[in-house]
Formats: sequence, C-alpha cells, structure tokens
Amino acid sequence: MKARVTVSLKRTVLDPQGQTIRSALVSRGYGQIEDVRQDKVFEIRLAEGTDAAAAKKQLEEVARDILANPVIEDYRVELEG
Amino acid sequence: MKIGVVVFPGSNCDHDAWYAVTHNLGHKAEFIWHGSADLGDVDAVILPGGFSYGDYLRCGAIAKFSAVMPAVKKFAAAGGLVAGFCNGFQILTECGLLPGALIRNRGLKFICKPVDLRVETAGSPFTNTLRPGQILRIPIAHGEGCYVADDDTLDQLEKQRRIAFRYADNPNGAMRDIAGILSEGRNVLGMMPHPERASDPLMGSTDGLGIFESMVSALVRS
Amino acid sequence: MPITQEQLAAHRVTSGEYERIVKILGREPNITELGIFSVMWSEHCSYKSSRLHLKKLPTRSPLVLQGPGENAGIIDIGDGWAIAFKIESHNHPSFIEPFQGAATGVGGILRDIFTMGARPVAVMDAIRFGSLTDPESGARNRRILEGVVSGIAHYGNCFGVPTVGGECSFDPSYSGNPLVNVFALGVFRHDEVFYGRATGIGNPVIYVGAKTGRDGIQGASMASAEFDENSQEKRPNVQVGDPFMEKLLLEACLEAMRTGAIVGIQDMGAAGLTCSTCEMGSRAGTGIEIDLMHVPQRETGMTPYEIMLSESQERMLLVADRGREEEVFRVFRKWGLDAVTIGTVTGDGILRVKDHGAVVAEIPNRPLADEAPLYDRPHGVPAYRKFPVHGPEFSSAGLSADLVKLISSPNLCNKRWVWEQYDYMVRTNTLAGPGSDAAVVRIKDTDTSVAMVLDGNGRYCLLDPREGARLMVAECCRNLSVVGARPVAATNNLNFGNPERPEIMRQLVEAIEGMAEACAFFETPITGGNVSLYNETLGEPIHPTPVLGVVGLMKTAAPVSPVFRRPGLDIVLLGGLGTCDPGRFGSSEYASTVIGSTWGLPPKLDMDYERRVHAAIREAVAAGLADSSHDLSDGGLAVALAECSFGADAIGAVVELDSDLRPELLLFHEGPSRVLVSTSDAAGVQAVAARHGVEAPVIGRTASATLSIANRGMPLAGADVATLRAAWENALPELLAG
Repeated sequence: MKARVTVSLKRTVLDPQGQTIRSALVSRGYGQIEDVRQDKVFEIRLAEGTDAAAAKKQLEEVARDILANPVIEDYRVELEG
Repeated sequence: MKIGVVVFPGSNCDHDAWYAVTHNLGHKAEFIWHGSADLGDVDAVILPGGFSYGDYLRCGAIAKFSAVMPAVKKFAAAGGLVAGFCNGFQILTECGLLPGALIRNRGLKFICKPVDLRVETAGSPFTNTLRPGQILRIPIAHGEGCYVADDDTLDQLEKQRRIAFRYADNPNGAMRDIAGILSEGRNVLGMMPHPERASDPLMGSTDGLGIFESMVSALVRS
Repeated sequence: MPITQEQLAAHRVTSGEYERIVKILGREPNITELGIFSVMWSEHCSYKSSRLHLKKLPTRSPLVLQGPGENAGIIDIGDGWAIAFKIESHNHPSFIEPFQGAATGVGGILRDIFTMGARPVAVMDAIRFGSLTDPESGARNRRILEGVVSGIAHYGNCFGVPTVGGECSFDPSYSGNPLVNVFALGVFRHDEVFYGRATGIGNPVIYVGAKTGRDGIQGASMASAEFDENSQEKRPNVQVGDPFMEKLLLEACLEAMRTGAIVGIQDMGAAGLTCSTCEMGSRAGTGIEIDLMHVPQRETGMTPYEIMLSESQERMLLVADRGREEEVFRVFRKWGLDAVTIGTVTGDGILRVKDHGAVVAEIPNRPLADEAPLYDRPHGVPAYRKFPVHGPEFSSAGLSADLVKLISSPNLCNKRWVWEQYDYMVRTNTLAGPGSDAAVVRIKDTDTSVAMVLDGNGRYCLLDPREGARLMVAECCRNLSVVGARPVAATNNLNFGNPERPEIMRQLVEAIEGMAEACAFFETPITGGNVSLYNETLGEPIHPTPVLGVVGLMKTAAPVSPVFRRPGLDIVLLGGLGTCDPGRFGSSEYASTVIGSTWGLPPKLDMDYERRVHAAIREAVAAGLADSSHDLSDGGLAVALAECSFGADAIGAVVELDSDLRPELLLFHEGPSRVLVSTSDAAGVQAVAARHGVEAPVIGRTASATLSIANRGMPLAGADVATLRAAWENALPELLAG
C-alpha cells in the first residue's frame, strides 16, 4: 500500500520560494501566472496487508508531529490502492 | 587585465572576487549587473558565489534566465575565459555551459571549512601555473555542492582530462571526488571551493591565487 | 464599540494602563488604537519593568557616537570610520518554530544595523538549550537545537554575512525556554549614518520591501508572556523569513541612502508599521499620517488592526525629501522591490492612520512611543536560592578521566557541528573565526580590525547575579585582550523570568548593577541591547542569563594563535594559579558535570587585578612575545591546557605545578584573571607581567602529542592529545545522534 503526504505552508504564511519562482516566471513572459506555492510531497510505502484505517491514523500522526510543523504548515494524507 | 564579476540578485561573494582580483592579484575588475546584455570590454568573466535568487527552486536555476547570461554564453563560445565559483558553478551547470549538476551535500548540511584540493591537470587557462598533484588548501561554503553526472559524462570528463580539481577528502559526496571541472574547450571552469577566499595572506592561505594568476598568464599569452 | 474586559485581557493591558490610554486620548480607544498601545507598551517594546534599572548602565565614552535609544549603538573606530552593533533575542519564537524563529531573529538584527546605513560585516549567536540526553525532553531539545542552528545558517549564509562566533551551551533550565540571542555588527563612515527620524513636515513616508501579511500578529505581546500548557495549541501565526529579500533590501537601502534623498529610515521589526511610524515621529517631534490602502498587502481583507500590528519581515519605512521620491523609487525598482508612498510627515505630533480616507486611529506620537508606563517592580526579597550553600563531599576517582568527561560534556566539547554550518568567511574579513577566544574581523580600507565576543553564564548568575554579571564582563574583556584587542564598548541581552515575581526582579536588578559596575570599570559602555523577560514555562524560570557582547579594536595583523604551535616553548600562566575554596568550586563546570551537583558561589573576581592581566596580555601580544594565547574559563586550567593542544599539529604540554590546592580544585577551578601563553621568551613575558604587577609563573613546556600535568612531582592527569581530541571532537555529533 502506498501513501502520499503533502506538506504545504499555510495559505496565510509567506512562501518566499513560491514568490521568487513566480516573479521569475512572470519575467519570462508567463504573465498569467498569479501565484506559486511550493509544497513538499512524501511518498510512503507501507507493508502489505497494513490495515488502511490504522495506517491513515498513524500517518496523520507522523504528518502532524514530524513531517510538518502545524504552526506554519498544513498537511494532507492520501492513501493509494 | 580587466576581469568582470557578474552581480546577480543574491550574489554575495561578488565583492570578495573583486577584492581578490584588484587587491591580491593586482589587476582591474569591474562589476557587471545581471540585467546588462553586454559584458563591456572585459578580458574574462567570473560568476561569483552566493545565493542568486535565494537559490529558490534550485541553485542557479533562476539566474540562468538573467539578461546577462546570453552574453556570457556568447563570450564563452568565442573562447573567452569564464570561471564560476560555488553558486557560479551551479549556474554554469544549470545553463549548460558545464555538464552535470550540483545537489545537496551527502550530510544534508551546509559546510563551511577549508579543504584540500588536488590539482588534476595543469593543461587549462585556470591551472597553467599549478602542478598536477599539487595540493591547494581552499575553503568550501555550500549546502549543495555534491557533483553528480551520469557515468558516460564522468568517463568523458576523465578521458578528456577535464577534471580540474578533486577533493583530497571528499566533504560532500561528490562523484569521483570532483571539486571542479572544465568545459570541452577548457575555457570555462566551475568549482565549488572559493579561491577568492584563499588569496590574501591574512586569510590564512594564498593557494587560491594560483587560479587567478593562471588566468592572467593565459590571457597574456593569447 | 466600547472595549471589553476580555479585549483588555487579550491585549495584556492592565486597568491602570487603560486609564492612562483614555487620559492620553481624551476618550476611549477603538480596537485598532488599543492594539497599537498594547504592542508599544508591551514589555518587549517599552522595557517597562527594566527601564528604571537600565538607566544605571554606563553609556558614554569618547568613542561612543550613539548610545542607547536608536536602532543600534555607534562607536568611532578612527579615520572617519565607525561601527554599529547590537544584540537582540528571539527566544520565544525559536521555541515555537526553531528554524524560522532563529532565522527571523538574524533578519531582525541585521535590519537594525543596515537601517542606520552600516553594512553588516559580522554576526554572532549565543544559543542555549535544555539537556540533549534527558529521557523526557532530550529529543525535543535536540530538534530545537538542530532547527535553530539551521535557521541561523539559512538566513546568515544566504544574506551573505559571516557568522564569526558566539556560544552554545546547555542547562535543564532552558528546556522549555531556549535562548537565541543574535548579535550583528556593521561598518560605515561617520557621514553615512542614518537615523530613524521623520523630519521635514510635508515629506513623504515611503514603505519598502516585502508585502504585509497576517504574520506574527501580537508577536510583541507574545514575547512578553509566559508559556503555559496551551502555548503549543494557540500558537499564533509565526513569521517566515526571506533572506534573499533582505539581501536585496540591504543593497537597495544602502544605494538609496547614497542618493541623498533619504531623510530618515527605520526597519519594521516587532510591532511593524506601528512601531516604525510612531517612533520615527516621536524622535523628530513630528506627526505621521498614513493611509493603509497604499500599504502593499499579501492577503486580502486585512483589517486596519491587522495591517498596523503585522510583523511581516523584510520591510522598512523611510522618509524622503519631498520632490525626490523618484530617485528613491528608481533604486528600489532596480532591485525589484516594492516602494510606495503611504503618507506624509505632519506638524501636529500625531500618528494618524486612515483607511481609504477614513481615520481609524489617531494617537499622539510621543506618549505612545516614549511615555509607556514605568514600573518599579518589587524586588526587596531575600536572594532566590535554588541550590545549597554547601556541597557534598567529593573525591575524584581519576583526574584524567574527569578531564575527558569535561571536554566531552555538552558545554565544553567542540562546537564544530554548529559553526561549520555557518558561512564564517564570506566577505573575506574573518581573521579569527569560531573556536577562537574572540572573533577578529578586519575592516577593509583601514588598518583597523574589530574583535568581538559574546559571553554569559547562567549558573554563576543564579548563584550570585551581581558577581555573575561582573565575571561575565571580565571574561569578555579578557577574551578580547588575549587576541590583542582593547575592549571599547558593549551591548547586552538580559534574559530573565517573570519580573512580576520579586525574586526574579531581584536577579534582574542585581545583574544590571553588577554589569554597570564592571562595564564602568573596564570602560566598556553599553550602547544598546535588549531585555527578554517572562522566560518561564509552567512557572519554572530559566537561570538569570544576561548575555554580553563586547567589541574591541586592534591593528590589522595576522592574529595570535589560541593553540600551541611548536613544541619546546615555555608556557607562562599569566595571572597565576589563582585561589579557590570548596564553596566557590560548587559553581564550576566540574561540580556540575563530574560531581553532578551545584552549590555555593561563583568564583571571586578582583577587577583591578583582572584589568592588569588584560593590559599585560595585550602588551605581550602586541610585542610579539606570545606564540599562542588563550584564556582560562569554564573547566579551569586543565581544560584550557587541553584546548591549547587541539591545534592542527597536536602540540600538547608537560606541566609541573607548585600549589597547595587539592588536585580537583587546582586543575578545574574557574578563578578568573588567567591566561595561558606559550612563548620562546618567557623572561620577556614575565618582565611585561611584572610591570603590570601580575603573577606569571612558567608552568611547563609545550610538547608533541602529549598532555601531562603534575603537581610537586606527583602526576595528576594526562593523556595523548589524539585521545583527548577525539573525545572533544566527537561528543556533540554523538549526543545529537541520540
């Protein structure tokens, strides 16, 4: 079973990388690009036969306590197949 | 001789390179603004260290789109000497003047310390006053200095004697201990260590000065 | 809408303070005005608990061009050149978000320096954490340390300023309350100095730099409150720093200043737009009128309250000469930065904030900025004693093993893991960097170098705040003297617990008075600094931890080595073996690390003798008599000898002492006023020492690869240098591995 955890800066938090990339893109002529946010994606593989509900709960914990800092970041846990 | 030092937004070793050329080497240097499409009458170009565009996206990835870069490429294509130190090396690989890429250090941390480099070839305009096998003590200061390339590229670099410097004790995981490489025409050098930081006796080493002296010597001969 | 009790409590405005606000305004404030008062009158911005006592500090000398009250102090270094420097804390934000908290701490102090027109050339950091090995909190403390160090590295390295020194230490009292104190120093010419003053009625008020978002709203009032169990949950919006933006802001500001069109400039730090507008107006005796619709905003729907209190980073406020705005705008455009006129300087002394033309706040500048309440908090209580006066019986099981234990302890081990992450060489001025007694940075275009050092000792100050503070000043000045520099000025960061508790207030008062006495004595006036109070978690205060940064001046030259360089040289212990009794030994690193206990009092300082030692070592270094020079500090003589042996060539020493002290005290007591000098001219060093009335016994000779210490023929401790070095070098990485 695979899971994907996406960690992104909260919408209200400044994303200097995203802003700098956006302004570079605009100056290259992609003027229609209004905003860029840069996220982190963790692709996680779980042992076969892991219980989906339990895994989801654990990954939520991992995302909240380790992968993200809830002070500035949001996270999203998705299980695949 | 007059050496141009390109200033990108976020360059922060530009003044150090300028100072090494003007005060330690005793030649002229001038700053070239990244927005300038023209290099003026310089005899060689340095892309200095720093964090161009904050090193956001990837190191050097945004700087390669600067207005000055087509002029730098043209200058290099005509055989002009171009040296990139640290972030300058990253920009040179991003823009394709040098092969390979620089990724995060093996230890994942920024490292600032003097390291020993082995000169691999004296056959270049940047190393002609040095001896192969000579050890130079020059500082590194980077978070993403681990040189990587595919095996074919690495084999070709070896075959064409285009590896300029190797680390005596690899600090960052660079493939085949590569610290600096040359272009096929040997007139473009990229290296992660900072020779401009080892050009003044007060800074503890003048081993970097040999690289600048080699450039001057090559320019005099041409 | 009238202000409610809940709103007052949320803003930490007392009823007495509220009455004062109503009196100043002649009416009830609205919520925006209350917000503005609450940040300006917070402990963080107003120093309301400490100001009364800070006045006791010496602030003047012939070299002081600018004392406290501006963004940073300024010192004349000769030939028309000057330096600006200051230290500031970012303790609370670094606990909540270690990486960004530390990073924005660096960003804030750098702006304080370049807002005055000086180019930052050096940063130092004093950082303190809880135990790395405690079963309960160790993992968290390790994570905080790693975050803080990489945050400092991220910001300083990218900005392009070298981090040349500092200190990193550990004590359980910092577990819920890490300390992150950041010092920055910049260089400029006398005629390049700018002040945060809004002069010239009718001049435009210009906003430059990053857009305003809802960052860190109420950050300044957060830094003035204790943490409780809920702090983790109701954490406010933490600011994210952008060192790239700051680098552009630096270059653009210095370039704009050179146009001559800028009248005054101030950065937007804590309390952002509020603080910068009212302080600039207050200093100039003018008013400022702005309209928030012109303020560049990152988010939509921000209220006037949010815009005024936002702590978004990398923003500056400046006042330009009317009619010359375009010259300023042109520079900022070149660097790709926002610069817009948001208002004008007025003659009525009022901060008037409009939103699309409608007045949303109207407050007289001066009472807001300069007439915050001033509290004489009670402190007439007996000294707080956490530790006993007398310690346990102790007897070493093996002095060599004790030495190894000390040099591999978190406080004394090599901090390379920390400082190799900092670019300490950029700008090619660092003549002596991290690991030296003091950092030395040359000033290009002059023949002057600036030496600088940070020091603090919470354990000494806990045992005796007054003596601890005096010892700290002495140690800083000694650190500068051993590299040959003359101390000239200082900046202080006072980290304490809750000042509303009399025993904490007493610590603060005593520390300030001790510091004042010693700074006057050593002629290092305090030109500015920062006070960080309420450093407590769940009622458990940190050790009282004043941190001092002292700068000194010297002629530019290759600096003297802190380590032994050649075998066969005499070792002179300038200042002598010193004395100690068991009561004062309880404050030592040995007592804490080896005996596992703390008691008694800090070492005794004789300031007059200390000053003579400084003069002697400076003279010996200047005369070229010292082949190496290193002061004794935490861990005493044996640790200092070991540190001297950790040079590239592993030159140790064979030492023969002659003392009545019991071995533990002889090797490890921390009596001040002592410096180790290796020399090929011991008689020359002794002659210098004699002229200054300072003891200078020759205690041994440098020797290859080995360190051994004996007393009156009895071997005490020894090991080969490689073994000692490995213990010292590997300790921190191993501790961090968990």
